[in-house]
Amino acid sequence: MGGEVWTLAEMRAGTLHSVSLELLAWGRGLADTLGVPLASVVLGSGLDGVEKPLFAGGADKVYVVDTPSLLHYYSDAAAKVLAEMARKFSPQIIIASATTQGRSTMPALSAMLEAGLTADCTGLSIRDGRLLQTRPAIGGNVMADIMTPERRSGSNPQGLTNPPQMCTVRPKSRRPLTPDATRSGEVVRYKPQENSLSSLIEFLSFEAEQRVGLPIQDADVIVAGGKGMKGAKNFALLDELAQLLNGSVGASRNAVDLGWAPYSAQVGLSGKSVTPRLYIACGISGAVQHLAGMSGAEKVIAVNTDPDAPIFGAADFGVVGSVLDVLPQLIGALRGKAK
Amino acid sequence: MKVAVLIKQVPATENVKIDPKTGVMVREGLAVEVNPLDLHAIEEAVRIKERTPGVSVTALTMGPPAAAKAARYAVSMGCDAGVVITDRAFAGSDTLATARVLAEAVKKLGPFDLILAGERATDGETGQVGPLVAALLGVPPLTYVSGLEFGSAKVEARRAVEGGHERVSAPLPALAVVVKEINSPRLCTLSGKLRGKSAEIGVMSLADVGLPAEKTGLTGSPTRVVNVSYPKVTRECRKVSADGGGAVEAMLGFIEEVGV
Repeated sequence: MGGEVWTLAEMRAGTLHSVSLELLAWGRGLADTLGVPLASVVLGSGLDGVEKPLFAGGADKVYVVDTPSLLHYYSDAAAKVLAEMARKFSPQIIIASATTQGRSTMPALSAMLEAGLTADCTGLSIRDGRLLQTRPAIGGNVMADIMTPERRSGSNPQGLTNPPQMCTVRPKSRRPLTPDATRSGEVVRYKPQENSLSSLIEFLSFEAEQRVGLPIQDADVIVAGGKGMKGAKNFALLDELAQLLNGSVGASRNAVDLGWAPYSAQVGLSGKSVTPRLYIACGISGAVQHLAGMSGAEKVIAVNTDPDAPIFGAADFGVVGSVLDVLPQLIGALRGKAK
Repeated sequence: MKVAVLIKQVPATENVKIDPKTGVMVREGLAVEVNPLDLHAIEEAVRIKERTPGVSVTALTMGPPAAAKAARYAVSMGCDAGVVITDRAFAGSDTLATARVLAEAVKKLGPFDLILAGERATDGETGQVGPLVAALLGVPPLTYVSGLEFGSAKVEARRAVEGGHERVSAPLPALAVVVKEINSPRLCTLSGKLRGKSAEIGVMSLADVGLPAEKTGLTGSPTRVVNVSYPKVTRECRKVSADGGGAVEAMLGFIEEVGV
């Protein structure tokens, strides 16, 4: 039996974010296969009761680092705290979400522990007792299986003969386990050294973005627009449809470059990779770079005037026609149903 | 003040085609270009240079000798110098082994007050190298930066995070990983192109970088690619025409099937 499997829980604006529970769904199977406990690590401030949803979500153990200096998330401090804890408790696997927090913290932790790190995994399993990580590259056109072999010899200046195998996983690529409120486990309250808690970065302020719905990385439904929307004002149709479907609005690179949508909405190789349950591509022709960002969607609907547009090759359901005709009809029909 | 920009040469994505039969990306004979997201880092460095007297900008790239082309492009955009870090010993480097080389090169060529990098490369798509270099150098890691402002000894950054923007400050030296939102990269002028063409591109080897050989290349990489496969990206599409009538109903039916 080796060390525990750790997942890095994520606090946003003082609340536990649902990616924390997705990570437990990933970790549960791995920990069971290995026959080791599954633990979640939470860093933050004012964390009373945070362990409950984590136990219900599959954790056997919760490490809580609760201190006012972690009120704002600083990746340098978080990495130092996690490095200190990894040296003390020797987990064999650490999984974080590929969010701005996870993607900033895990590389720093990899440098500190000299541990292998694989980005943006879409599959995790155990092979011969080690973590097999599957990740897409080159816009999803290549799937690579990556492992961190056991270190056989040589000293590690970081004092770890066998550093943890680490990865980030794509948000929403797995659903949380059905919560079981009867589950409970061990809470370990950990006090890091003062030096580990210090950050070189100082938080000044946060401005929330005023948009319809969740950030596209978190959305279950994305209604995305491209050049076929023919103008910024027609994006109001997408807002309306997104609202009706409890979704968020995305955009192609073309639409962003034309100023019709903010960069935060861009889906594709130079934007975000998204994994909604439903992706509705409106007036998007389907350049390879765009398809790369939306290929993780469970189901795809495309609306485009050109029957030969590549987007139809990446869609499950297609409507050949103008979005400016089809969308108002669809919105009308959905409104009719809502009544 | 000295600014370093970390860049990568990648296969040009604009011309990428998918083989319609196999669904596999056709990579043969592809042109290479500077990673599109790195252009924003170069642009930001050049803008800082233009508005601040006494700033010099050095672009660094690790890769095969041909990656000198990327360094030349950076000079064409307005960087003062370009350096290619190349050695057979670097082959097979994962993100940690790559970051070690870049961090040591930055130390050798520095000290730099600011290091800029793009969000991620469009080929490997890990986004790990920038934050890794910051940690190895022990400088503040400013990630997802969509705006930068300088004081005399510190930098203020606007960070694009989920659901909004965060403003933070950090002392110099610092490393900023910038996102596309920060600026629109300029096109190279004719005189810029000539400057890039004639620029002397510095070359650094493993010995010049001064990193032990076992810290880089395949030996220095904790991770191993054990298998590569090419998934089909195409789906079976049920297509209807909007003209025929019933298209919207069918679409509504499909949405209900998905159950969102």
